[in-house]
Amino acid sequence: MHPIRKKRLTIVLFLVAGLAIAVGLTTYALRQNINLFYDPSEIAAGNVPVDVRIRAGGMVEEGSVIRDPESLKVEFRVTDFSASVPMEYVGILPDLFAEGQGIVAMGRMDASGRFIADQVLAKHDEQYMPPEVADALERASKGQHKAADAQKAAESTAY
Amino acid sequence: MWQFFHKLGSPKWFFGIATRFMPWLLAGGLLLLAAGLIWGLAFAPKDYLQGNSYRIIFIHVPSAFLAQSIYISMAVAAVVTLVWRMKLADVFVKAIAPVGLLFTFLALFTGAIWGKPTWGTWWVWDARLTAMLILLFLYGGVIALDRAINDEKSAARAVAVLVLVGVVNIPIIKYSVDWWNTLHQPATFKLTEKPTMPMEMWLPLLLSVLGLYLLFGWLACIRMKTEILVREQRTRWVRELVLAGRK
Repeated sequence: MHPIRKKRLTIVLFLVAGLAIAVGLTTYALRQNINLFYDPSEIAAGNVPVDVRIRAGGMVEEGSVIRDPESLKVEFRVTDFSASVPMEYVGILPDLFAEGQGIVAMGRMDASGRFIADQVLAKHDEQYMPPEVADALERASKGQHKAADAQKAAESTAY
Repeated sequence: MWQFFHKLGSPKWFFGIATRFMPWLLAGGLLLLAAGLIWGLAFAPKDYLQGNSYRIIFIHVPSAFLAQSIYISMAVAAVVTLVWRMKLADVFVKAIAPVGLLFTFLALFTGAIWGKPTWGTWWVWDARLTAMLILLFLYGGVIALDRAINDEKSAARAVAVLVLVGVVNIPIIKYSVDWWNTLHQPATFKLTEKPTMPMEMWLPLLLSVLGLYLLFGWLACIRMKTEILVREQRTRWVRELVLAGRK
């Protein structure tokens, strides 16, 4: 390669590498601000300010959803499988809200350690599957004797 | 290898080769995209959780792929501009920046439409969405900077530097969902790992992605040809070409 071009290429590479390092260090330093939400472990460890508007996210605990029959009030627990936080919300929940589903809620921690949400967003994972496969997987996890044919059904459609 | 590289630097040679490839790119692109979209939107099974609303993935994911790939290709061209001062590399950057802007906008727009029924919000300032918005502004900045400088050569260099500065955003977009807590879910459509969706959803998605890449190739050729004609209007071969077309 021509020496001038070699020199230019070196400059370009240094520019990009230097920039990458600078941005990498910045985002690393700001990682707590870039995280969209706190998870239940962080809340349980007391890393979360009380009465400040924050986001908290995690999985809605199975069997924890209590709906008030008189109003739109819903109480549930959000877990990351090592800690869980009680939450309270008044309003219409997104369609995807269900036990075992991920959510991100906006709100405040009150003094008693409850999270009072004023907005609940549903989070879904990257898994997509047809309803029949989901049913088959569900049956497989419940009934052992049906596990074999459910597994077969899942294998024939899911890769 | 080097001979090909030098040939690639000749606008006249590229003009000829682009003219030859364009019908194939257009036909292949339309065919694959139509197949992917019809299969995906009408025949693929619905999702167990989201029902039919997940089908926007067949537009959202290809647009997002293109938005990032176009930027990466612009960055490669920017290195060529800075190091080898190849005219055609600059023509490429200038021609495809608006296309990248369009696909970034499409990805953000379809994402917002998808976000409302599934997440419950049009927009959230999470890392993935914000980084994508920055990409939109980068494309806008590249176009604006190019238009702001009259001299072709200084414009080419300034734009190349800006494109290279912005390229750090690409890994941030890609890995944002793995590095930080985001509302956006991690990638479904991966080329290197096992996809997290069944084949009858993954294949139409693959077809749409490939089709859109080919259509982008066609669009890039047609825009580059226009740009070449404008820049080389004083050369003999362009004059002959125009005169031949007039007859």
